Amino acid sequence: MRRVRVIPVLTIDRDRRLVKTVRFGKRTYIGDPINAVRIFNTKMVDELLLLDIDATVDGRAPPFEAIGDIVEEAFLPMGYGGGIRSVEDAAALFALGLEKVVLSSEALTRPALVTEIAERFGAQAVAVALPHAKKLLGGQQVLTRSGKDKTGLSPVEAAKAMAAAGAGEIILTSIDRDGKWSGYDLATIADVAGAVDVPVVACGGASGLDDFLPAIQNGGASAVAASSLFVYRASGQGVLISYPDEGDLRDHLFQQLD
Amino acid sequence: MITIVDYDAGNPRSIINMLAYLGHRAELTGDPDRIAKADRLILPGVGKFDWGMGRLHEKGLAAPLDEAVTARKVPMLGICLGAQLLTRGSEEGERPGFGWVPARTVAFDRARIGAKLKVPHIGWADTEWSTGCRLSVPTADPRYYYVHSFHILCDDPATELCRATHGYGFAAGVERDNVFGVQFHPEKSLSFGMAVLRQFAGL
Repeated sequence: MRRVRVIPVLTIDRDRRLVKTVRFGKRTYIGDPINAVRIFNTKMVDELLLLDIDATVDGRAPPFEAIGDIVEEAFLPMGYGGGIRSVEDAAALFALGLEKVVLSSEALTRPALVTEIAERFGAQAVAVALPHAKKLLGGQQVLTRSGKDKTGLSPVEAAKAMAAAGAGEIILTSIDRDGKWSGYDLATIADVAGAVDVPVVACGGASGLDDFLPAIQNGGASAVAASSLFVYRASGQGVLISYPDEGDLRDHLFQQLD
Repeated sequence: MITIVDYDAGNPRSIINMLAYLGHRAELTGDPDRIAKADRLILPGVGKFDWGMGRLHEKGLAAPLDEAVTARKVPMLGICLGAQLLTRGSEEGERPGFGWVPARTVAFDRARIGAKLKVPHIGWADTEWSTGCRLSVPTADPRYYYVHSFHILCDDPATELCRATHGYGFAAGVERDNVFGVQFHPEKSLSFGMAVLRQFAGL
């Protein structure tokens, strides 16, 4: 049986609180990230991604101490993104026990950083997140700085450039679907997965277990990530940290894969 | 006390975290004298075979490790690259390994893996334990987290500790006497990995 990774994405703000955004905008307070990670441990999650969504906009370095406290509770592979601007930042994060670093804004303006980190720590240790949104006149464009700045690059162009720079993985996030429970952007996933050899992680819009299979089978993603789905009871309802159990993942996902 | 060998190959922070969670004291050291006194050893590691073996020699750790494992029969657990270093050598490099287990390390055979799967093998894999091994862990449907491009090939399948599949079945672990090696990362493998470290700590 082939397994694919199902990855909860945890977003923290400048006060190190776990928050959930809608379309990278409106925020809802979810809780304490350490507590959430403890729960995800017991729910046997494959992998976790922790993103500080204010670090780059604030011009701040990653909050190393807070990240260390969180990683200490995570007995699973965990990635971190937000505010990473140098190989030294990445080295400090790996020293905390992280499995990979996630670059985005800095990588798109300075692809050499991706190359430097990949050369030192291996391509598998560096992922690049590409948040993208619909352009006014159609088509998708990659944005930086938490969706504030336009790059003028399509997701395919950006993914090719990042893979060429040495990224081991592309995390493709639809801003328009963030927090909207509307399913993954299968067309963009398929475009990008077809254009690069590195694994593509689908993110943005998942509303349930049934959204995972098409992202893998039709979209060609190698893994699926979600946020709202794993921190809310359901769309429009209260906070509940959850994760599908192994039996459901086997029945609805792994055993359906070719 | 569990002594974790520090030779600058990858990061053992997560191993220390998990052992602490399990209530086991661990020391991280690159001091040959500490290795010479250790009564339980973990050889972690991420990186290239020759580089790792080279660092162990440069730091004067290879000789006390060999003495601990072969003369004093100290339980030794190699993890990832650390497991590969227990073998005679690797297709990844030129240097000899420790040769404590009757096995060698080979590259994934891309022709046998098929076009859909990639090397390195990264991710979780269902893993089957051999019966009767001292490190084998009675867990339902165990799975572990792997990151590797090379794998162990045992001379005799009887020394295989466990098996996993990435395109084809490979030895995910090896065991001989007091020497154990696992290709996966127990420290990143949730309660499945905790069971392995707990078992090793209790040997």
